[in-house]
Formats: sequence, structure tokens, C-alpha cells
Amino acid sequence: MSGVLRLDAATKEYPRTGVALKDVSFEVQKGEFVFLTGASGSGKSTLLKLLSFAERPTRGEVKVSGFSSATLRDGDIPQLRRRLGIVFQDFRLLTDRTVEANIAFALEVTGTPAAAISPKVGRLLTQVGLASKATAMPHELSGGEQQRVAIARALANDPFLLLADEPTGNLDERATRGIVQLLREINALGTAVIMATHDLSLIMRSGYRYIELERGDVLYDGTDARRLARHQ
Amino acid sequence: MRLAIREALLAFRRAPLLSALGITTIAFSLFAFGLFGLVAINIREALRAVEDRVELRAFLVDGATEESMSALLGDIAAFPEVREVGYVSPDSALARSREELSEFRDVFDASVLPGSFEIRLNDDYRDPVAVQSLADRITSYPDIEDVRFGQEWVAKLYRVRTISVFVGTGLGIVFALVAVMIIGSTIRMAVLARAREIEIMRLVGATNGFVRLPFLIEGLLKGALGGLLAAALTWATHTVVSRSLFETVFFTPTQVMIGVLAGAAIGFLGSLLSVGRHLRAVWRDA
Ligand SMILES: Nc1ncnc2c1ncn2[C@@H]1O[C@H](COP(=O)(O)OP(=O)(O)OP(=O)(O)O)[C@@H](O)[C@H]1O
Ligand SMILES: [Mg+2]
Repeated sequence: MSGVLRLDAATKEYPRTGVALKDVSFEVQKGEFVFLTGASGSGKSTLLKLLSFAERPTRGEVKVSGFSSATLRDGDIPQLRRRLGIVFQDFRLLTDRTVEANIAFALEVTGTPAAAISPKVGRLLTQVGLASKATAMPHELSGGEQQRVAIARALANDPFLLLADEPTGNLDERATRGIVQLLREINALGTAVIMATHDLSLIMRSGYRYIELERGDVLYDGTDARRLARHQ
Repeated sequence: MRLAIREALLAFRRAPLLSALGITTIAFSLFAFGLFGLVAINIREALRAVEDRVELRAFLVDGATEESMSALLGDIAAFPEVREVGYVSPDSALARSREELSEFRDVFDASVLPGSFEIRLNDDYRDPVAVQSLADRITSYPDIEDVRFGQEWVAKLYRVRTISVFVGTGLGIVFALVAVMIIGSTIRMAVLARAREIEIMRLVGATNGFVRLPFLIEGLLKGALGGLLAAALTWATHTVVSRSLFETVFFTPTQVMIGVLAGAAIGFLGSLLSVGRHLRAVWRDA
């Protein structure tokens, strides 16, 4: 197994709010599924921002695929982003265009040849189970369906790593289970997944590795679900 | 590229008023250049016609000796400004005056007109400063009574030309700066209108160049449109003046092209200067 990402004593300090992450070190292997948890403000989103190079570590190193925070120039970030999929709690769809146009957009703006776009959009919609909603507008979909569109968009450029920041935070239990199931399917096809969540029961049921943060520190990194049961 | 052009055109429809304002300001900038440029080239035309005729006439004092006159003739001929110098005797001067102004025949009396030198100038020395300096040098000879040339109105034409060049350039630059600022704020509007798209573009890995391109194209198009408008306005002015006042010359097609390109450059510059800043303000990365 080879590592898709590694943090090496990564520290993120914001000018006004202080240290958001302290000396965080861990590695994720190809095709792994890792949960990220911890109280509000513990640094989950900050960690994902470091991984997507939306922020640079103040100290230490973040390495994603071949890209290192120590050497990567800002101009090269788009090249990394094309190999990542990123989804958020609030979906971030373009509300003025259809589901298929939302997905096509990601392909258009990254230089996919026009002829390849439509078939690719069709495949992605099928993969996320929305083939019948291609021409719907985002507001005509349920929250769970909107998140599926966002996931299809994130998969457009065949990422090796999917970063999900509380993707089920706005969803009810049923929709949550559906999204997690979808992420597991994607993971099964070889894409590593890192998903931040407050939902401890999700982690416990999965038995997957999880990293628990507390005020910017890694409190726990492992697969012991019984710890979480005690937390609850 | 096609996507970028489509987005650029869409921006016109999103903010038509501000777009029109940007185009108009660029047009005014270039119109100012154009109008005063037109004045300048037409004065240059006029001067060229006049300059061919610019000559000095140096009047000799009474009683200058033949020797000193021919020495003086040699001196004057040796000045670099002088193409040709000839002596006009009092008699022939009188004869010519009589011919040209036959009705004033009585006024002329042989004793009134002294002998004089008629001096023609080389092409490069026909501007007021050069002519004046030559005149001063010649006047300093004791045998010369007075030197005359059409100094006043030649100088005046030159001054009008200089002023029009300065005023045109000044106004043009002021308008160009205003245009750059207005284009900058239309770009701001356009960036804000597309904030969501830009955010997603960045998220999925569109390059910075790709994100900027539609805005740069938008600026370029507006600038070129402003340039065309300015060319049309200048042409209209030229036509009206030619019809109603006097014949004027217009810019060459190459000069008009340069004007339109200058407009495109102003528009492009306005976008380029503002797009980076405004993009940074809207992107919310995660
Ligand atoms: N852009 C920012 N500027 C300054 N401080 C920030 C910024 N983003 C996050 N922080 C700080 O970093 C700390 C961690 O925030 P972060 O968003 O990573 O927490 P989180 O674990 O994602 O919380 P939540 O569960 O509420 O989403 C917080 O104290 C926050 O104030
Ligand atoms: Mg968060």
C-alpha cells in the first residue's frame, strides 16, 4: 500500500484566532476510508483545508499525492485540485442551472473536450443514482439528492482522494445512510475518502479508522469504536 | 475559449448600464485624442503649405558698399538654414511692387525701397525658433537695416498646434484613467455576479488564467467598442467641419486602427488591474 497523503507536524495558526492545528502527523493509504471527528472548533475543517491546499500550514508539511506544501507553487494548486474531490455540508451547487449542467461545469472549466462531457455526465449521474433527475433544477431536489449531485461533480475528474466536510450535516438519518453508502461504494472503487462528521454512530457502525481532534491536537487515531460508545 | 467568450458576452447583459458607461468613457478618451489630433494634423498640413513659402527678407541700409554686400551674401549663403539667397535691387523691387499692387503705383518711389536679400530656407529650419534665430543673426550685421518674415502667424499656428497636442493628450489621459477605473468597477460587478461559479471553478481545479480569461475578454471587447465609437465620433466631426467650415484631412486607416487598438488596450488594462484583486475578494475556498 502506498500513501496518498501525509501530514508531518503540520501546524496551522490563524492571525486572530490562534492555533487551529498543532503538530498534526498522520498518513492515509491508497483506498482508505478515514473519519475525522471532534468537537466544534477542534480543527476538522482546517485540516481538510490544508489537504485541499486552501490553506498552507504555518509550520510542518502537508503532502498530498506528489504535491508538498513545502514546494508547491500557488499556480500549481489547480493541478492538485483536479485530482481531488471536495464536498461540503451546504452542497454548493449552482442554483441557476440543471443538475447535469452543474456536473458538466466541472468538466468544462477543467478543459475536458466537449464531446466527452455529455457521456461522462451520464455515467456520473448513474453512479450516484440520479439518472432520472438530469434535467431537474437543484431546488427541485431533496437535500440528499443535492448532495449526490455535489458528489457526482466531485467525481468528475476521477479523483484519487475525496474530502468530505460534514456531508451529512444537513441531512436526516435516511439520507445520511444513503450518502455514507454512496461514499463507501466510491471508496470500494479505489478512491480514498476522508470524511469529517459529528455523527459518532456512523463511525461506530462502520468500524473504519477515525481520527479524533481536540483543540487542534490529534486525540486518537485508530479503529477502536468502544471509545466512542463511552463518549456518547 | 468559447466558454470564456460566452461568459464575457453574458457580462454585457448582466450590467448593461455600467458596460455602456465603460465603453462611452473609453470612447471619450479616444475622442479627445482624436479631435485634438485632427486639429494637429490639419494645422500641420496648413503649416506645410505655408512653410514652403517661408522666406526671410533682409533689408539693406542705404549706402552699403558693393564689397560688403557681396561678403554678406557669402556669409548668409553659408548658414546651414539657408537654401538660397539672392539680391533684389531697389529698382527691381520697385518694379515688382508696381506689378503686384498696380493700384498703389503712386505710393512707390524709388528712394523708399532699399535693396534687400531674399532668403529661402532649408526644410528642417522652418520652425519659428530656427527662423527667429537666423533672423537675429542676420540683423546683427551692420549693413542690415531690418529682417522681416511672416513670424507672427507662423508662430501662432505652431502654438495652436502645440496646445492642441497637449490638450488632446492631457484630456485623453484623464479620460483613459477614468475609463480604466470604470472598467475596473464593471469587472468588480461581473466578478460578484459570478462569485458562485468562480468558487466552484477554483474548487474543481480551473486554472487562474481560465478564471480570469472571460473578464479580460470582456475588458478587451469593451475597449475595442469604445475605440470604434471614438473613430465614428471623430469621423462625424471631421465630416461636419469639412462640409460647413473648411476642408480638413482625416486620419489614415492605420491611425484609426491604432486608435481602436488603443481602446482595446485600455479596456484590457482596466480588467487586468482589477480582476486579480476582485477575484481574491470573492473566493471562499472551503
Ligand atoms: N479562516 C479562519 N480564520 C481564523 N480562524 C479560523 C479560520 N477558520 C477556522 N478558524 C479557527 O480555527 C479553529 C478550528 O476551526 P475549524 O473550522 O477547523 O473547526 P471544525 O472542527 O471544523 O468545527 P465545526 O465542527 O464547527 O465545523 C477555530 O477555533 C476557528 O476559530
Ligand atoms: Mg467544520
